[in-house]
Amino acid sequence: MADVNTISQPPTGLQRTGDSVFRGLCYSFAWLSVLVVVLIVLRIVFAAAPAVREYGLGFLTSRTWDPNKDQFGILPEIWGTMFTSLLALVIGTAFGVAAAVFLSEGYLGGFVFSVLKVFHLEFNGFWGKLPEQVEQVLKNLIELLAAIPSVVYGLWGLFVIIPLIRPACNWLHLKMGWFAPFGTDLSGPGVLPAVLVLSIMILPTITAISRDALVSVPPKLRMAAYGMGATQWETILAVILPTAARGILGGILLAFGRALGETMALAMLVGNANLISISLFSPANTLAALLANTFPEAHPKEIGVLMYAALVLLGITLVVNMIGAFILQRASAVMEGGK
Amino acid sequence: MATHDATGSSLLSTLPSEPDPNPFAGVDFNELERSLRRPRTLINVLLSGLVTCMTLVALIPLFSVIWMLLWRGGRKLSLALFTQLPPAPLEQGGGFGNAVLGTLIIVLLAALISMPLGILSAVFMAQAPERSRLASAVRFSAKVLTGFPSILAGVFAYGAVVLVMGGYSAIAGAVAVSILMLPTIMLTAEDAIRMVPAKMKEAAIGMGATRTQTVLMVLLPTAFPGILTGIMLAVARAAGETAPLLFTALFSNYWPVSGHHLNLMQPTASLAVLIYNFAGMPFQNQVEMAWAAALVMVLMVLITNLVGQSLSRQQVQS
Repeated sequence: MADVNTISQPPTGLQRTGDSVFRGLCYSFAWLSVLVVVLIVLRIVFAAAPAVREYGLGFLTSRTWDPNKDQFGILPEIWGTMFTSLLALVIGTAFGVAAAVFLSEGYLGGFVFSVLKVFHLEFNGFWGKLPEQVEQVLKNLIELLAAIPSVVYGLWGLFVIIPLIRPACNWLHLKMGWFAPFGTDLSGPGVLPAVLVLSIMILPTITAISRDALVSVPPKLRMAAYGMGATQWETILAVILPTAARGILGGILLAFGRALGETMALAMLVGNANLISISLFSPANTLAALLANTFPEAHPKEIGVLMYAALVLLGITLVVNMIGAFILQRASAVMEGGK
Repeated sequence: MATHDATGSSLLSTLPSEPDPNPFAGVDFNELERSLRRPRTLINVLLSGLVTCMTLVALIPLFSVIWMLLWRGGRKLSLALFTQLPPAPLEQGGGFGNAVLGTLIIVLLAALISMPLGILSAVFMAQAPERSRLASAVRFSAKVLTGFPSILAGVFAYGAVVLVMGGYSAIAGAVAVSILMLPTIMLTAEDAIRMVPAKMKEAAIGMGATRTQTVLMVLLPTAFPGILTGIMLAVARAAGETAPLLFTALFSNYWPVSGHHLNLMQPTASLAVLIYNFAGMPFQNQVEMAWAAALVMVLMVLITNLVGQSLSRQQVQS
């Protein structure tokens, strides 16, 4: 403090220590959050290890689940998980990408704009903002689909979807029972209601990521296509969608990961039956639903086996999610290069 | 016109083209008209219509869910629901006061666990040099956790807390839920800190602030709305999670107290598990109560979500 005219000073000892303590804290917390992931994986692996040693790979291909005889197998659950997730993915992708195109092309905003034009209000200070606001509301509504908790979707599926589709499903079974997907009747919970609800739950993921990918297609590509005389949809199908394909694919894979791990809606709607059936109306089971339904009342022996099932689920979702995240990262890198 | 022609012909002298008397000779003007009879335009209109219909169909479930919640849950809604305990089978009346309290306790505890971890990791990620291996490892694990099936968080908490502490408890539930909150908090906080203009940080360092002072007095206060948004979104997600609570916090028909003290070490009720349990019961009263609980839970989730989003909008505007 040689110069009394200045209020500046070198950091005091306390501040120096505080600084290194805080930096150390940040550093160790960063390590900790990596450790959490490692810990979760290790914890599940170790808990599953005895069951893995006892049942081996036969666990994945056996169809019986009988705690009394100590026989366990999760082939029906793996089949059910894949069957419901893939079907939901098909429906969710169709509607999700359609909604993303609808949002990114600004159809609704264009419609509102042309309505305003009739009243000559399109550049009015107040009304002129309306198209943009309506687009924003629509985007938020689709995102709202993701905010509703999955147990509420399960409740809704039980009391709205199942009664709604049951007459149609049973009619289909009666008339077209020879067709394998309609091979059984829908007595209550089953694959189709689970698939419908699941596809609604993954739709916002697909829409949000696809819309981002579509919007980030460089506008000059669109302009070039229009300039060559392409119609709007020729441009969308031949230029915009192929350019954004990688981003959309990444979104679909992330949605697939979500569908695989989704628990509550499926536990309530899929019927929890240890069956392998191609029928859309038959009850089935999934890995996550198996865990949710069996875990709370399982005895210690069964818990080890359930940990094995959890390990299988962890493996499948990790692989799908990592591929999805990797593709998305590559996609955004490609887009950066295109600008 | 004359000068124009002259320069034009001198520039284009290498080309054989004489000024064409009729440049549109080969063009059929009817071809250029936009007519719905043409497959090209027709397909265009049809696909636009299809996409519009599909988007509207995708929104039907949303309105159906909201309508059912208001209609079936709203009828039942009363103050008694928040003060009474869940009814036994065939019993009339009752409420889910303990479940509302339990949800709040679990979410609060989970936020207390995941907030320091998430925010300090985010500070580290935002401050670390570009090529820091640890920072990208942290980011990678946050992304892995984003897609982590919620039931597996429950499985982990069962193995790490329930088995170790010897019983189902609110703490175990909070640990499970905090794992699901962590990535949202971490990634949004990192973004928010990175959004702080570099000149503010440089000004602080230029004035001789230590790194800690820069972070605590400049970066975190400026990034606060963004960080809060992340916390709100994470809380909203956590409040609706059921799967991780099924075998960690379990369920209870009683208040989470023993004697006159809050007891965090016993099975605790939550709205989500109550909905799951009551939805499958064959009793009218329980089903009605599940709908009312769903309405309360969705309202809690949506309000938290909206507050979070309005905070982030303020940040974008400022």
